[in-house]
Amino acid sequence: MTEMVPLLVGIPLGAAFLIAILSHVKVTSRLTELFAPIAMAANLALGVWICIASQSGGDTIVWAGQWKPIGIELVCDGLARLMVVTINLVALAAIIFSASYMKRFTTVWLFNSLFLLMTGAMNGVVLAGDLFNMYVFIEIAAIASYGLVAFGTESEELEAAFKYLVLGVLASTFILIGITVLYSLTGQLNMARVADIISARQLAHSPAVMLAAACLLGGLALKSAMVPFHAWLPDAHPSAPAPISAMLSGVLIKAAGVYALARIVFGVLGASEYYANVLIVLGTISMVAGVFLAIGQWDFKRLLAYHSISQMGYVVLSLGVAAAVVAGGGNRSVASLCLLGGLFHMFNHATFKSLLFLSSGSIEQATGTRNLKEMGGLARRMPITSFCCRIGALSIAGVPPFNGFFSKLIIIVALVVAGYPVLAFLAALVALLTLLSFVKVQRYALEGPVSSRTQSARESAWPMGVGMVVLAVVCILAGLAILPLKQYLFDPADKALLNSAISAGRLALGGAQ
Amino acid sequence: MGIAVYVLAFGLLLIGVYALVAKKNIVRIIIGIAILGYAVNLLLVLVGYRHGGTPPILADGQTSADLAARSVDPLPQAMVLTSIVIGLSVTALAVALAIRLYDKYGTFDMNDIRNLRG
Repeated sequence: MTEMVPLLVGIPLGAAFLIAILSHVKVTSRLTELFAPIAMAANLALGVWICIASQSGGDTIVWAGQWKPIGIELVCDGLARLMVVTINLVALAAIIFSASYMKRFTTVWLFNSLFLLMTGAMNGVVLAGDLFNMYVFIEIAAIASYGLVAFGTESEELEAAFKYLVLGVLASTFILIGITVLYSLTGQLNMARVADIISARQLAHSPAVMLAAACLLGGLALKSAMVPFHAWLPDAHPSAPAPISAMLSGVLIKAAGVYALARIVFGVLGASEYYANVLIVLGTISMVAGVFLAIGQWDFKRLLAYHSISQMGYVVLSLGVAAAVVAGGGNRSVASLCLLGGLFHMFNHATFKSLLFLSSGSIEQATGTRNLKEMGGLARRMPITSFCCRIGALSIAGVPPFNGFFSKLIIIVALVVAGYPVLAFLAALVALLTLLSFVKVQRYALEGPVSSRTQSARESAWPMGVGMVVLAVVCILAGLAILPLKQYLFDPADKALLNSAISAGRLALGGAQ
Repeated sequence: MGIAVYVLAFGLLLIGVYALVAKKNIVRIIIGIAILGYAVNLLLVLVGYRHGGTPPILADGQTSADLAARSVDPLPQAMVLTSIVIGLSVTALAVALAIRLYDKYGTFDMNDIRNLRG
């Protein structure tokens, strides 16, 4: 199994460069269109296989080039496996969808190549065991995504891509400064070793670590579009082609933002109450502000983008509460429940938000508009798209028995148990407002009288339908099969994060645990 | 002397952030991106620098412990190379976007490029 883990990064990156070369050769240029779906399917199969194999084999650590212990380390623990499965599942659905959606663009090979580059880099981010590699993979994913946002090369897409690029550069500069400060302090880049040195030398509250933490948290909050660092997201995500919106909102802000935030706070800096408070405040503000900004939107994709901010607020909030429980020396099972809620919601958000973005793309292609006021009566015109859109809307709004209901329930229960009833109330209120805003989508887009725009709307081609149905099925299954999923996917992830927090925190907190 | 270079790195960082946040001309913003890159690269090299250190190359008959005690730290230099390559590709992409934006809007002024609401 050890030798298979690097393939998760290797297959997409290799396929990306192969597509770029072979699409210019006459004989193979038609063939390259199959490369991207095959590479993503292989990657998902590999990710699931690693998950199953690790039930008996445990975590895998790969030292690239056998340079143990100074080389590049790939850590495939529970959290990384959860993220790998999430990323490749969404990527597979998006690439199948794009097989017919991207027909209206001329350079499909460029799209496939950049798409695979971005997915491979995201797999790299979640597997990286050292800080600098994580930075490099975040940058590869980010550069590919700047290109993909500008893919339509219309004026608005270029403007959004430029804004996104400027803020992305600012974020990654601060991430690199934070990494540099940590390196100069500890002489190590490996996350586990940096954490050991910080706790062994009692550096957790030293000014240098605080400076590094401020740079890293600021940079990663900008990457994951937490309010007040969110201004680029509602421009960048809707401007991209629909499969890319699904990837950006569905997985990129998680892999390059929230995942990295969790890894660094829990695994490197050690969960102290400073960072816990920062995460709780960021999460709560994003959760509440995101949903209020979303309610007034009439552009379907913009509305979805604002909901991404709000839903990621839930995840960051529950991570922050878990950190607070760990830092306060509280009950392990409470912290574990908070993390379970956060991680489950992260997975669910990846599935239902990409599903909603894909169906918005399907509607946009059929009607030529993203304005909800100009739609209407699509339920009869586009039955498959509408059905999938409804499942996504019910999931994000937290209606039982879809997956979003269970993760929000777990988060709210965990907040109450951890002693934050006010935040639990806010979380429930935001869930209600989310429901309200998606009732609006149903009312204006799917029901109501047929408008001039939707008069001639036809159901989209089958690849787009397949991409949406795959995610809709996952949305339903993840709600019904929550117990096996918890046992095989979320518990190991939860344990990996909590153990790293406790081992990093025990010495730093003077034996509080 | 050592402090002065750190101050320089910090100054470059401030100039870069100022250009990114306050400037409205796309070309100036791209120059700001480049300056930010220089600031971080300088900081990275400084972290591995040792006053009067030797290059990190093992000479004939030198023990590795002796080399480690004398030489500069080679790891940040490797990191700087990676960081320079990333900076190059980001700058190239930014310039490409700027050219396309100029084609569409006929201006480099961000005040006039405002179709999106933010």
